[in-house]
Amino acid sequence: MSDLPGSIDAVETLLEGEGYVASRALATVVFLSLKLGKPLFLEGEAGVGKTEIAKVLAAALGRRLIRLQCHEGLDAGSAVSEWNFAAQMIAIRAGEAAGRAGVFSEDFLIERPLLAAMRPQPGGAPVLLIDELDRADEPFEAFLLEALSDFQVTIPELGTVKAPEPPIVILTSNRTREVHDALKRRCFYHWVDYPAFDRELAILKSRVPEAAETLSREVVAFVQRLRGEELFKRPGVAETIDWAKCLLALDVIELSPEVIADTLGAILKYQDDIQKLNGLEATKILNEVKKALT
Amino acid sequence: MTAALPETGRLAENIAHFARALRRAGLPVGPGRVADAIRAVAAAGFTQREDFYWTLHAVFVSRPEHRTLFHQCFRLYWRDPQFLEHMMSFMLPSIKGVQDDRRAEAGEKRAAQALLGDARPEPPPLPPGLEEDAPEIEIDASATQSAEERLKTLDFEQMSVEEIAEAKRMLARLSLPVKPLMSRRMKGAVTGPRLDPRATIRAALRHGGEVLDLKRQKPRIRWPNLVVICDISGSMSQYSRMVLHFLHAVANQRGQGWARVHGFTFGTRLTNITRHLRTRDVDAALAAAGAQAQDWSGGTRIGASLAAFNRDWSRRVLGQGAVVLLITDGLDRDDAGLLSREIERLHLSCRRLIWLNPLLRWEGFAPRAQGIRAMLPHVDSFRAGHSVASLEALGRVISDAGDGGDKARLMRLMADNAR
Repeated sequence: MSDLPGSIDAVETLLEGEGYVASRALATVVFLSLKLGKPLFLEGEAGVGKTEIAKVLAAALGRRLIRLQCHEGLDAGSAVSEWNFAAQMIAIRAGEAAGRAGVFSEDFLIERPLLAAMRPQPGGAPVLLIDELDRADEPFEAFLLEALSDFQVTIPELGTVKAPEPPIVILTSNRTREVHDALKRRCFYHWVDYPAFDRELAILKSRVPEAAETLSREVVAFVQRLRGEELFKRPGVAETIDWAKCLLALDVIELSPEVIADTLGAILKYQDDIQKLNGLEATKILNEVKKALT
Repeated sequence: MTAALPETGRLAENIAHFARALRRAGLPVGPGRVADAIRAVAAAGFTQREDFYWTLHAVFVSRPEHRTLFHQCFRLYWRDPQFLEHMMSFMLPSIKGVQDDRRAEAGEKRAAQALLGDARPEPPPLPPGLEEDAPEIEIDASATQSAEERLKTLDFEQMSVEEIAEAKRMLARLSLPVKPLMSRRMKGAVTGPRLDPRATIRAALRHGGEVLDLKRQKPRIRWPNLVVICDISGSMSQYSRMVLHFLHAVANQRGQGWARVHGFTFGTRLTNITRHLRTRDVDAALAAAGAQAQDWSGGTRIGASLAAFNRDWSRRVLGQGAVVLLITDGLDRDDAGLLSREIERLHLSCRRLIWLNPLLRWEGFAPRAQGIRAMLPHVDSFRAGHSVASLEALGRVISDAGDGGDKARLMRLMADNAR
């Protein structure tokens, strides 16, 4: 286990060590969240590295990563804990467990992510990633309030479990609906934006180091230019990385209209967008990009 | 958190002032956040301006749209070391004059007004469509029906001022009942399809571990969202106003069922009026909505507006099984290809798409306009929306998934015409 970073610069170095190039703004919020022990709420378009930050942070700090993927109808049973009913039945039948306290005890409890995050873990308090919170419904959000402000969960039959050391909590949302202010108020908020050219290039270099310099520059410039187009879904950083990997696998050393037409599916995921960009439009953008780079 | 606030003296005071300015600019900043901000600044240190900016940003901003406002407030407030002194005398007209002379960037006007303690922003002039005494054509209707009956079927466009007032009162009483959706969350029920093992074990323990009966559970129900996209162009203005009245009633009545009601208007561009619909007073709500939508009674660009909706809002408001109510006459002079693509995308992203078209009231209405021909195949239901009675009818059928309104008839007409 490594100690928590002591300054914003230290956070930047820590994240960079794991190949995550963070903006100063993001490093500041991460630092504050670690230092003050408050959850971090990240919103932004898909593929800008919201989930990744939790993974990187866990790896860099040597903590366990506990992930809770949200979905509609997510309830306490699958988020906090469940009882092992079969074992309870057998215990009752065998007459081993006498009475209520007997079967509703830790032995019969199945831990789910939220409860696991409240327990002490090897290496120190874990990193709890609550991913895509907007997919869960509002009752679950209300349920989270207790867990996030006091770092404790309540199991009706057993009582309250409080974390001895608060976990590092990161929540992400794609904003398919607005998350309630009561929850946001308990967190540090940050809107993760698409990176600027230099930072995206740095990200690409750290993630796909084997790509040639010219290709990387072209790829990043092209994607950056695409984000300015009227698209239904603008490509994220994840798409940039995927695309660069695709091009590497195809042994491409330079972007050309044919290559773009063949691999457009790696960056654009909607038929309308692909159709819009096929042919002349892509060539035009490519020419502009090449001109700007030289 | 009960830890005492760190001693930061004047800085803390400044942050509190800054928070007050943010609050005046419209950011939801409570005293709790001020305390958080002081703690955060103490933790991050006060070395670089950029870090200081992002530290306050992390605490005070909780929505992407607040970023501009925060930026401008920050710029105005911390730009000038003397600014605090200006703050002390923020009522001085001279400063106000200086602020007014500069060209306002986005959010700056609101920020400046908040910082300078200016009175509330001047309300923009009422849009022509929202004035109470809009000239109306009085018609002499025969009094064979009772007044209320007659009013129910009377075209909104032919109502007099008094009739409009009465119709608005009737609309306010209308409701738009909704069919609940099945949630994936469960609740206990005497007869349910699923076993509830937790409750079963608990019950068994009360009988000394003997399982006497099995407890069951069934899915809970939940309510979908309603998204209304309303055309406010010249050809639609009278209907849109009435429909917005109706919408306001739906959005504010308790116990109607809809989880959330989102409202959008478009003429040449799309405007989100959801926030204004929450205002309790209907006239104030519509005036605010009208002031925000700058394109009342202008032209129509349905395709472009739907494209804007699809791009900026569909992923945010159409989740969780939303029903979309599209109110337009479909008279669009733009490219029909774009319109057809965008309406298809809209149809694919929502649970149900209902089109209200006031033109349908005309006897012998046929889908001739290219906009209508482009849109018709992609809606689930096509209905008239020109009178109180037709909106009442809408209320009866909106929860009926099988109801297609006049779509089938018009599709046949279209096919016949093509032959």
